[in-house]
Amino acid sequence: MSHVSLRAVTRVYPARSGQAEVHALDPIDLELARGEFFAVVGPSGCGKSTLLDVMAGLSAPSSGEVVFENQLVKGVPPGIGVVFQEDASFPWLTVHDNIAFGLRQAGTAEGEVAAQVRYAIEFMGLKEFARAYPAQLSGGMRQRVCIARTLVLKPRLILLDEPFGALDQQTRLLMGDELLRLWRETGATILLITHALDEATMLADRVGVMSARPGRFLDVIPTGWPRERDSTIVSSESFGRLTSRIWTRLRGESIRALGRA
Amino acid sequence: MRWRDPLLLLFLLFLLWEFLYLIVGDVALRSPAATARNLGAMLGDERFLPHVRETLLAFGQGFLIAVVVGLAIGVPLGAARFAGEVAEPILVALYSIPKVTLYPVILLIFGIGMPAKVAFGAIHGIVPISIFAMNAVRNINPTHLRTARVLRLSPMSLSLKILVPAALPEIVTGIRVGFSLALIGTLLGEMFGSQHGLGHLLMQAMSLHNIERILALTLLLVVFAAAVNALLLALDRSLHRRAA
Amino acid sequence: MSASSIRILLVAGLVALLEILCRTGVIPNFTVIPPSAMAQSLWNILASGKFTPDIVATLTNVAIAIAAAMLAGVALGTALQGWPAARRVLDPLFATYYAVPMYAFYPLLIVIFGLGDLPQVAIGFLLAVMAVIINTLNGLDRVPPVLLKAARVHRLGPLAAALRVRLPCAAPYVFTGFKLAVAYSFIGVIGAEFITSSRGIGYEISFAYNNFDNGVMYAMILFILLLVITVNMSLHAWEKRLLARRRRA
Repeated sequence: MSHVSLRAVTRVYPARSGQAEVHALDPIDLELARGEFFAVVGPSGCGKSTLLDVMAGLSAPSSGEVVFENQLVKGVPPGIGVVFQEDASFPWLTVHDNIAFGLRQAGTAEGEVAAQVRYAIEFMGLKEFARAYPAQLSGGMRQRVCIARTLVLKPRLILLDEPFGALDQQTRLLMGDELLRLWRETGATILLITHALDEATMLADRVGVMSARPGRFLDVIPTGWPRERDSTIVSSESFGRLTSRIWTRLRGESIRALGRA
Repeated sequence: MRWRDPLLLLFLLFLLWEFLYLIVGDVALRSPAATARNLGAMLGDERFLPHVRETLLAFGQGFLIAVVVGLAIGVPLGAARFAGEVAEPILVALYSIPKVTLYPVILLIFGIGMPAKVAFGAIHGIVPISIFAMNAVRNINPTHLRTARVLRLSPMSLSLKILVPAALPEIVTGIRVGFSLALIGTLLGEMFGSQHGLGHLLMQAMSLHNIERILALTLLLVVFAAAVNALLLALDRSLHRRAA
Repeated sequence: MSASSIRILLVAGLVALLEILCRTGVIPNFTVIPPSAMAQSLWNILASGKFTPDIVATLTNVAIAIAAAMLAGVALGTALQGWPAARRVLDPLFATYYAVPMYAFYPLLIVIFGLGDLPQVAIGFLLAVMAVIINTLNGLDRVPPVLLKAARVHRLGPLAAALRVRLPCAAPYVFTGFKLAVAYSFIGVIGAEFITSSRGIGYEISFAYNNFDNGVMYAMILFILLLVITVNMSLHAWEKRLLARRRRA
């Protein structure tokens, strides 16, 4: 029984003043197993973010269905966490209060909140910044706050939309390691959207290659990595082979997408 | 298409008035239709027109003074950066004090009569006009100034051809705000200390409990203020669009 | 020398000039009394407590107007932000609202509500509420869409999302509305008291004027000026502290 499935999901944005109808997703079929790490790569504008919106229940599919834990998804179901591409930290709250937000919202007792938040802060390496405000932190740290805020609610499915997009390469590799650590600790199912091939190859159990708009999966490539992995695998031979295989698949689509841009 | 929304708004306001009238009744209100009739009758009454003239005269002079003095204060402060920095908090503070508290002082200085009313209107209008003018001049794109120097324009040419058009949109906004506030100031002055003018008539109607007259005068004032402001706003927006 | 020191010197200089002109009789005492005499008179009045009921009455009315304007303004602004069609229709109202002489409605309000405190509070409220609505709308417009998505991911309903995410995000703008609400409430209530009322600071100034009591009149004028300037400066300082948290380091 899969954890999340998308069956024949399409998403059409209706025509608006001066703009034609936009087919963001052409039938998408996807099944994610519980605890799987799945990465999505694709050319820009192919509908990756729309896919995430539909999966999270932020957006309803125009046709087809999204099923999470055997329930049809209508609105955002409990047990899902999302880390967005843009900074979603709340500027009016300290790092501590940001992370505590969801727990307090659920009415958790303050003692329990403090304990959970402390754990999340330590896990994400934010200890010295607990009382700081997001404006005083770097972009990478703010993303960590968002991840911690998601983590602390113990979601069973975590969706990440190019979370490390704004960071430099070294920081991204390290953040990738942290994401893997998080994945192993929580046992959550993870869907990561990224434009960085090496990131997708390194982190995921399977990599889905999306076509240019309207987006659909051209190929789903299993990586075969062991669960205990980290960024050192980037120097292995199989990593190089996998990455070039993905790029071969992706290259044509990227050119097509560029032409349409 | 663009006319539909304002008409709808006017219609809703009219409905609201009618509805309030139905609830409150003749003891405190009149219907919109009756008020319009009363206003018509009032405008035709020759005893009424001198008051209108008085108010317009006071307002006109006060507004003119506000524009001249406001620009005379604002433009130099905008050009002289440091002076502007010193003066700005003072101007902002003046903007937020209830200027009505200064009325007795004005009455003591000018005595009751037209000069005091003109002063009331003027002090209300001067502050926003000067603040907007200061910001308008301050924010003139330095590139314009450099272009002017490259073109070797004379100071007169520089002012007329470059500074004035660049600063005009914001100055017009300030004048628009100053217009409304000067009107409010003139009216308030007439309500507080005068024997003539629309403001005085309004207070007189209140003490006589003449509800028809209160409503007719209020309607006249509101419509006049709103209509002129709408025109000035259209001018304001077209200037800003052209400048953008 | 910094701008603020020059400013202080400037203001002090003007006050000193006024003092000299009054003391030497260039400005006659039945027109303006010396600033030192104003301060002395104010001190005596406050110490004697003679006008304390008036001061309390005015400040209470101002406070009520502010509170009502904030509650109604934020609620209406939040509601309108989610209803673009209504907002479009009301737009001309927003644009012309402050051009209309609100005091013209005062006689009408007195006729409807009688001569108590309510008409004054109503004028203050009417002047203040629109500024709160406009600034609340402005602030809510600027909430980054990603925060709205984050609120939905946390499964917040519309009311919870407004109270726990949208309004806190818009807080700097709501605060601007609050500053304006304070200024307008003072202007509205005190202005109305001048026109006609039976108690309050504005009433006492008007009464003193009519009875040629310059000492009391100027003392109370000074009181209002000092009060409003102090309140505005405090709000400004508070705002700076709140905004400092949000400024990129």
